[in-house]
Amino acid sequence: MCMNEQISKTKHLYSPEEAIGVIAAQSLSEPATQMTMRTYHFAGTAGIQVTLGLPRIIEIFDARKELATPTMEVYLTKDYQSAGKAKKVAENIKQVKLRDLVVSDVIDLTNLEIIAKLDSKMMKDLELDIEKVKKAIKLKKVKVEGEGSELRVASTTIDVKNLHKLKYKLMELHIKGIKGVSQVIVNKDRGEWVINTLGSNLKKVLKIEGVDPYRTKCNNMFEMLDVFGVEAARNTIIEQAKYTLDEQGLNVDIRYIMLLADLMTFTGEIKAIGRYGIAGEKKSILARAAFEETKKHLISASIRNDRDELSGIVENIMMNQVIPAGTGSFDLVGHIPKEPMAAAKPETSKPKKSAEKESKKVAKPKAVKAEKKVPAKKAAKAKKTAPKKTKK
Amino acid sequence: MVSRIKGIEFKMLDPEMIKSLAAVRIVTSDLYDVDGYPVEGGVMDPRLGVIDPGLHCRTCGSGIGDCPGHFGYLELAKPVINILYTKAIYKLLKITCSKCGRVLSKPEDNKKSKDLSRNPPGKCPYCGQEQGKIKFLKPNTFYEDKEEMSPEHIREWFERIPDDDLKRINFKGGRPESMILTLFPVSPVTTRPSITLESGEKSEDDLTHKLVDIVRINQSLRENMDIGAPDFIINDLWELLQYHVTTYFDNELTGIPQARHRSGRPLKGMIQRMKGKEGRIRGNLLGKRVNFSARTVISPDPRISINEVGVPDIVAKELTIEVPVTKLSMNEVKEAIKRDRANYAKRPDGRRIKISSENKEEILENIAEGWVIDRQLKDGDMVLFNRQPSLHRPSIMAHKVRVMPHKTFRISPQVCPPYNADFDGDEMNLHALQTEEARVEAAELINVKNNLISPRFGGPLIGLDLDQISGVYLLTRSKKKFNRKETSAILSKAGIKIDLPDGVAEFTGKEIFSLLLPKELNMEFKSTSCRQCDSCIKEKCEYDSWVKIKNGKLLTGTIDAAAVGAFKGKIISRMHGLVDTDTIRKFIDNAGRLGVAFMGQRGFSIGISDLDLKDDIMEQIGKRIVKAEKESNALIEKYNNKELEILPGMTASESLETRILNVLAEGLNSTSEIVKEHVKDSDFIVMVNSGSKGSLVNLTQMAACVGQEAILGQRIKRGYYNRTLPHFRQGDLSAAGHGFVRKGFKQELSPTELFWNIMNGREGLMDKSLRTRKSGYMQRRLVNALQDLRVTPSLAVKNSNGHIIQFVAGEDGVDPSKSEWGDVHE
Repeated sequence: MCMNEQISKTKHLYSPEEAIGVIAAQSLSEPATQMTMRTYHFAGTAGIQVTLGLPRIIEIFDARKELATPTMEVYLTKDYQSAGKAKKVAENIKQVKLRDLVVSDVIDLTNLEIIAKLDSKMMKDLELDIEKVKKAIKLKKVKVEGEGSELRVASTTIDVKNLHKLKYKLMELHIKGIKGVSQVIVNKDRGEWVINTLGSNLKKVLKIEGVDPYRTKCNNMFEMLDVFGVEAARNTIIEQAKYTLDEQGLNVDIRYIMLLADLMTFTGEIKAIGRYGIAGEKKSILARAAFEETKKHLISASIRNDRDELSGIVENIMMNQVIPAGTGSFDLVGHIPKEPMAAAKPETSKPKKSAEKESKKVAKPKAVKAEKKVPAKKAAKAKKTAPKKTKK
Repeated sequence: MVSRIKGIEFKMLDPEMIKSLAAVRIVTSDLYDVDGYPVEGGVMDPRLGVIDPGLHCRTCGSGIGDCPGHFGYLELAKPVINILYTKAIYKLLKITCSKCGRVLSKPEDNKKSKDLSRNPPGKCPYCGQEQGKIKFLKPNTFYEDKEEMSPEHIREWFERIPDDDLKRINFKGGRPESMILTLFPVSPVTTRPSITLESGEKSEDDLTHKLVDIVRINQSLRENMDIGAPDFIINDLWELLQYHVTTYFDNELTGIPQARHRSGRPLKGMIQRMKGKEGRIRGNLLGKRVNFSARTVISPDPRISINEVGVPDIVAKELTIEVPVTKLSMNEVKEAIKRDRANYAKRPDGRRIKISSENKEEILENIAEGWVIDRQLKDGDMVLFNRQPSLHRPSIMAHKVRVMPHKTFRISPQVCPPYNADFDGDEMNLHALQTEEARVEAAELINVKNNLISPRFGGPLIGLDLDQISGVYLLTRSKKKFNRKETSAILSKAGIKIDLPDGVAEFTGKEIFSLLLPKELNMEFKSTSCRQCDSCIKEKCEYDSWVKIKNGKLLTGTIDAAAVGAFKGKIISRMHGLVDTDTIRKFIDNAGRLGVAFMGQRGFSIGISDLDLKDDIMEQIGKRIVKAEKESNALIEKYNNKELEILPGMTASESLETRILNVLAEGLNSTSEIVKEHVKDSDFIVMVNSGSKGSLVNLTQMAACVGQEAILGQRIKRGYYNRTLPHFRQGDLSAAGHGFVRKGFKQELSPTELFWNIMNGREGLMDKSLRTRKSGYMQRRLVNALQDLRVTPSLAVKNSNGHIIQFVAGEDGVDPSKSEWGDVHE
């Protein structure tokens, strides 16, 4: 009875030595074959196009630093919960280039000047004036003059030829807001004003007044790592991967995504899945050589006199040995009596059920009569010694 | 017990080791003499191992297969650089002193060798020697202060480096001078067997060709040196020797012309042999060709169980299983031989005898304990069954053999989803298991019946499909009462052996289905046909969509995909925690057959006229589409007049496209509402409502309107200058000109509409092939990164380095394949 209770409490748990990694990898990649390649999609109500589907999943697993579509979700503090105030904050976030303000521009060849007419209404909306614009122009060897809505920029050194270049440079100048944030959309989400952006810069956005630093986040795990730390980065990976899979209508247990996120972040920094990340930092030479860059790994191992301890899966497959996972982690210990037909004792396999599946092996083979069985003990011993070896 | 390899150490081969490994000193570039015998001292010397059957090795005396082969060595006339180590050579030259050979920093400076090589100090801290600037010109030339360094010079330099200094910079794999070859190891012939063509001509391995080149050039270099030939001749030959040695190791280096075979095919160097998908590691060590396997086309057989596989008799006769002859197995063995069900008998002395009708009497007489026979596959054997691509664990599962006539593997249609198989010509592989341990593990761990629940999402992978679902849907939906006779007829047609409860004269469809359910089952849920009303009235649902099962009795609701379908079936996932897997297996078998049996009795057919809509309805639909088109035309006009409201973050034309797409999609939606309301209640609707196949979208596209065909998620816009096809005016932005199909498949599509449809179809094909490749590589990378992770007995997740990744696997230790949709069974 006692035993049964225990079994019923543990029957949903992982079997010891289950190869959880392979199952996680397959669970994440098998549905990927059903994903669309179609890159862009409107992210729900936000109205911002974000990368989705297979390209996004690959982006996450590769731990790319530059995302195709970086986005932020900016939450506001209680004092800023109104359409007008939210809009004000949004205006402070969105980047404004000089190009956005210019209505018309002329290159005055006689005076070597660029004369730009600015949109005064827009400037007013953005709380800008000509002085602020003039201040924002920080080009060297340039004389800036301006009055009302007219801006005159004269170069002190550049000749006619390069005036066009200067104009281009001028237009791309960053006047206001956060660099790289090209789109800002204010939404009401669950009774709260939220600003969604295309382009991200968490550090700067958090400094803007009215932004709630406790909930504001972005979809770039490296930025999250930088600003909030590794746990936040881990949560970003989980959230983004789950979101991408859900959006495609694919059902993957969140435990596998968490495992992957943990594997990518357990060292305190983000490691990618590919050859420059986890796969490339494995201890086993053979495992690395089997994956990619065979030559490099073998040669450098020979120079350093490395030793492969054969503690992983592929290495043992290569050696044609039983792998250290699943039933391969356990040994079968039994005493074979000299007389093959010695008094056949009925096997009691009940107490083992909870312990290891592999003890079932004992029950079947006809010839093997396990009399003194110590599988549990022996297996425990084996496990104790195994990690010790790897530590050396 | 076979001993285990505990570890492998990597080192560089040094000349002493090359010499001690070698059985032969190679002196001539000739392979065979005039009689065709291998020349002694040549690279095919018989002492290097045997590759011809029947012959014995001159070195170790063993025959082909047992002789591992033996190395030879070649004395190089002048040293050459081992191309694989050029990077290490370069680094070592930079960080050691040209005079005394010491590392250019004292240990107490605590400088990393990486920083040293990046920024080498100009002066030796030990002897004060000024250091020259080392340059490396790929692939194999080194310069010291713009003066070329000969391999000999480098070798002498390296000889001066003290062992202690090498240790300090983590150079532990041997003396650095071994990176400059003086002795060349000649690989055993067993690693480069020659093939005898039908014409009797011998065709040599790529490596042999390369070795011949090396030996030949080496010889002529030595001769020229002996006669004191001018420097330029010697240097040319030396360079040539370096080239041959280099391409022997790696024939895919940048900056070095590939060595080619006479036919122009590039030769395979050592590295090429190991590298890549078909290389030694991935092609031969990690993946092997196997015996005891079979492959043929699959076809469905709804009458066999989900964990069975129908094996053609010719396959069963060919695949064998070893049975040791013991007191216990003697009868079985003799019976097998008598009935021609055994192919080979192996005597204790190792002799293998083919059992034929001539010698079987003799074998039967002689057979004794200690013999082993190869028994043919028979009913009940566990075998592995697999369909490629093997994307997840359930792509390989263990089935029970059922020997059958004809030439295809027969599987139950219910096991198609985990394999992702269908019967349009798919082939599958079968593996006969050779050891008792393997058979037991297969029967217990990867038996189909123990893999009903997907480890991916914790729901059922296996369930009813297609007509089976439609069948049980119709049965449990019908109001009809069946008397005992009719009930028995259906059940017996389905092959279900269940005693009907006494004293019941009539059965409803629900009651018949309930006969299959285990008594422990209690559950309530919404079925596929649920209309998602605002407030659910549960049992009183007018569409009979609230499934209520109490004590194994189906009280209300219709059974459909949500209850028993693959990937969805709630009944199956609930049963998983309740009853043993064999009971679920039988339930899935029986439910499937019950559905088909009832369908057979009722009849089921669809026809194109089922989608006929009344004229006035068609008119209504036409109006909706015209309205949508008008709306989009209005948008276009606004756009042309620059009055269009611009969506945030978009250009005007982008806004237009988005708006048009939305308008047209709305139009299509409204037509599909009409179709839903007015389409005849036919077996089409049965399929859609039960979730067995098809959707409202399919119905709408056939009956009323196909809608917008999109390329890359946008309206079709490629084609001619300013227009998609010559059928349209330049600059035409209308719906029809950009992929909108206003008719249904059942009506006629216009030529342009058909073209849009085909364009879309082609995009689908391209997308599919690109996707398979991309996700395939992603899968390889993922598996590679994660494969070493294991759950320890204490539920932590560790990798092969012993690092803990998670303290409790999945944060709660729950194995999704033992859960119900990720939650723990109640």
